[in-house]
Amino acid sequence: MGTTASQLGKDLLSEYQELTFLTKQEILLAHKRFTELLTKDEKDRPNIRISMGRILALPELKSNPFRKRICHVFSTSEHKDGSLTFEDFLDLLSAFSDSATLEIKSHYAFRIFDFDDDGTLDCGDLEKLVNCLTGETDDTRLTTEEMRQLIGNILEESDIDKDGTVNLSEFQHVISRSPDFVSSFKIVL
Amino acid sequence: MAQIVSFSSDISQMDSDYENILEDELGQDSATSTQRCPEALQMEVLRQCTDTRSTTRSHMRDETVDSLQRNSLQRNCWSAATLKVLSSMPSRTAGPNSAAVISRHDRNSSQLHRRRNSLKVYTQPSRIIQDILVNSDVEEISAEENKFEQLLSNLRGLSVSDRIRKLRATALSLKDKMEVRRLAFSDVAESSLISRNIPCYSRMKVYISRTWRSCWFSCLSVRASLQLWHSPMKKLSGRFGTGVLSYFLFLRTLLLFNLLLFVTNGLFLVFPQAVNPPSPTPYDTFTGLDLLTGTGYLSQSLMFYGYYTKTFIPDPACGAANHESPGLPACDLEQPQIAPYSITTAYFLTIPITFFIICIILVYSMSKSFGQSFQVLKSNGNLAVKVFCCWDFKVSKKMSVRLQSEKISTQLKNAIKQKSFEDIELLLLSAVVSGVNLLLPGLFNLCAWIEMHDSPSVRVYVSIFRNLLLKVSIVSVLCFRWLGRIAVEPENLHLQCWESFVGQELYRLLLMDFIFTVLYTFLGEFLWRLFSKHVLKKNRKPVFDIARNVLELIYGQTLTWLGVLFAPLLPTVQIIKLFVLFYMKKTSLLLNCQSSRKPWRASQMTTLFISLLCFPSFLGAAVSVTYAIWTTKPSSECGPFRNLTTMYQSGQLWARELESSHPILSWISWAYNSLLENPLVLFLATGVLLMVIYFQAQVVDGQKRIISRLEKQIENEGKDKKFLITKLQGLSEQSSLVSPHR
Repeated sequence: MGTTASQLGKDLLSEYQELTFLTKQEILLAHKRFTELLTKDEKDRPNIRISMGRILALPELKSNPFRKRICHVFSTSEHKDGSLTFEDFLDLLSAFSDSATLEIKSHYAFRIFDFDDDGTLDCGDLEKLVNCLTGETDDTRLTTEEMRQLIGNILEESDIDKDGTVNLSEFQHVISRSPDFVSSFKIVL
Repeated sequence: MAQIVSFSSDISQMDSDYENILEDELGQDSATSTQRCPEALQMEVLRQCTDTRSTTRSHMRDETVDSLQRNSLQRNCWSAATLKVLSSMPSRTAGPNSAAVISRHDRNSSQLHRRRNSLKVYTQPSRIIQDILVNSDVEEISAEENKFEQLLSNLRGLSVSDRIRKLRATALSLKDKMEVRRLAFSDVAESSLISRNIPCYSRMKVYISRTWRSCWFSCLSVRASLQLWHSPMKKLSGRFGTGVLSYFLFLRTLLLFNLLLFVTNGLFLVFPQAVNPPSPTPYDTFTGLDLLTGTGYLSQSLMFYGYYTKTFIPDPACGAANHESPGLPACDLEQPQIAPYSITTAYFLTIPITFFIICIILVYSMSKSFGQSFQVLKSNGNLAVKVFCCWDFKVSKKMSVRLQSEKISTQLKNAIKQKSFEDIELLLLSAVVSGVNLLLPGLFNLCAWIEMHDSPSVRVYVSIFRNLLLKVSIVSVLCFRWLGRIAVEPENLHLQCWESFVGQELYRLLLMDFIFTVLYTFLGEFLWRLFSKHVLKKNRKPVFDIARNVLELIYGQTLTWLGVLFAPLLPTVQIIKLFVLFYMKKTSLLLNCQSSRKPWRASQMTTLFISLLCFPSFLGAAVSVTYAIWTTKPSSECGPFRNLTTMYQSGQLWARELESSHPILSWISWAYNSLLENPLVLFLATGVLLMVIYFQAQVVDGQKRIISRLEKQIENEGKDKKFLITKLQGLSEQSSLVSPHR
């Protein structure tokens, strides 16, 4: 069951349509953009895996502060290097698509924000998250005191069982309070 | 720290098979945990140092920071055993469909045999910790297997379309999903159809369902691409974000409303009258100025009320006779060849019914968006929501990303400061609101002074309120003028057809509004940008003021709704205006503006806009139209309601005629008389509505109480968890003291 660069088989296309939230047009466009990233000799190999650096050249991901985390989360590589096959790429687009459910989006958002991959958002994860949000320039970064206060406030609001970390259910609980989340957690090619 | 070292040495002395397996499992965890340890230690030290100096702990609970640290599950000195148990807790492996769980299944299934074998090798009972480790591993693997089997069996128990929907909504990688699909769908797999002896009927059923599914998918994709303005909006949202997008979405919604008005008016009013025009008009010259003022040629056209007549549209046989005497129904109703069509009745019924449909759509969308932004849960601050949900992933340009980061940073810093001054802020807010209400003339001065101190969101609301007040006062004065003065005494202005006059005034207002918007976009945005770039030498582009623009849209729509009774083709003008406005605003945005630095909560603003659209705008228009139909006297020389006391009277006449011609339908007029004209019914309906509202409020109250009780319960569970983990840690420490080497 390989996906060569030449064309998507019709059966495979309908299977992808059933299993992801993408429409046929979106899958074909994703295939086109994916194959544009391949070199000539890679185009004939099935199930080719593209390294993270090349994926990050896509304009939709280039300036996103979470781009590396996104690649890591959707990558099924055994070396944990963030490389993506075409199916991983479809997974990515499906989670970020228009019709994906709130549950899927919040699940993947949680995994993207979980910088140390331990299944919860602890203080370290929250700090890295806030630093990604506020950018890298010195005047937008929060001071240590502000960061501490912010993390304390976040935990106070979202940590229901008071264990010092935000697990998936607590995260989804917070997300459900914001109707904007579904429309901002979108990437469209 | 020493304890961890001793444990890792312990682990390394176990037999090699076991070690490999463990490393595989634990390697990741211990690596990250030892990495985390020094960081966590540093964080704790930092916290302890800064906390002694901090004073803003009033919002935290009574526990001191030290005890908080001790009580949290973030301690840095857990043993490897405890860490292992912590990392495989169900709350951290997130549910039966977790990707982490299921993808580990692949790795573990091959190692399952090895592990079971190694268990037989293990015989020394004194290794309590290894015991725990082994047991937890085995339990974990069997738990993972169970979850996988559970998913498969869940899927098998559903119908085919449900299976697909559930599988799609599972958070697995596509590769795993395809495998699950292969396993779970094996009974309808294509290859098995050939090999098995399936009866014709079910094969046909499967084939039909597959074809239907593929048709449905292609329909969905066509529908998505047919959405109006899909790609321009995507480009705009990529550069400016969700706030500006909400303006254009609102514009599209208004366009759809006007299309509905256009279609119904066109079908029932314009088309029948166009096909059977009344006697020819004296004006047949057409000048450009006519287009602007709505008089002259246009006043005797389909555009305005005056053109429409009272004629019954007869069948072709009596067409010639009818043209000479337009006021009387020349053909009797006893031998109709096609059913007669009364423009009067059509006019009387179409407009209120369309208004009613629009009312229902508005109320429905308002309740939906209200439900989204008004929360049942206690919201003691929105900081966590802001941090988790504020990043707009659609934004892709580097400049816009940087701008977004700056905006978020400002918001967060303000929010942190705000939390400390929350009480004072509330007082200030209520003082502003009551001041505004009392001192209306001094409103602008007061606001301009206070504006320097307020938070940005209050500033936005105040500006919307000011604009709204201005528009509402303009429109209400105009309404009074039309319905209160002109309709009552049209002779004062020497009008023969006051409805057409009112229609023309509305038409002019709509056009002027459009021209002024164009001028503002051109002068305010384009020329200002050139001016500030070349003359003032500043590179600041003007900001797209979303609030002001949306209020302009609502104002235009109010005028349209007011005018549709007097000028049935007015929605067409509004449609053209909205179309041109979309492309003009889009071009102006992309060329001239930068995105706003003010915070913008898109969904709450959308709720505000829709409710503004519903309340002052639509309700005011509906009330004015109802007043016009009910009480004003139509002019006697033009329009389909000439020679009646009120437009409403035509409805009554029609009901009576219906009764006499078709006695079967007399129950309609009975229902009409007893239900709509009876005030008792209205009182009852209002009473029922109030009761429903009361019940809903009570339900919401009850839910709030249940939620707070559940939260307390979850807190208690968290305490239990901490207690057990600490005990486990204590046990493992104890046993390491008892058996320090092996």
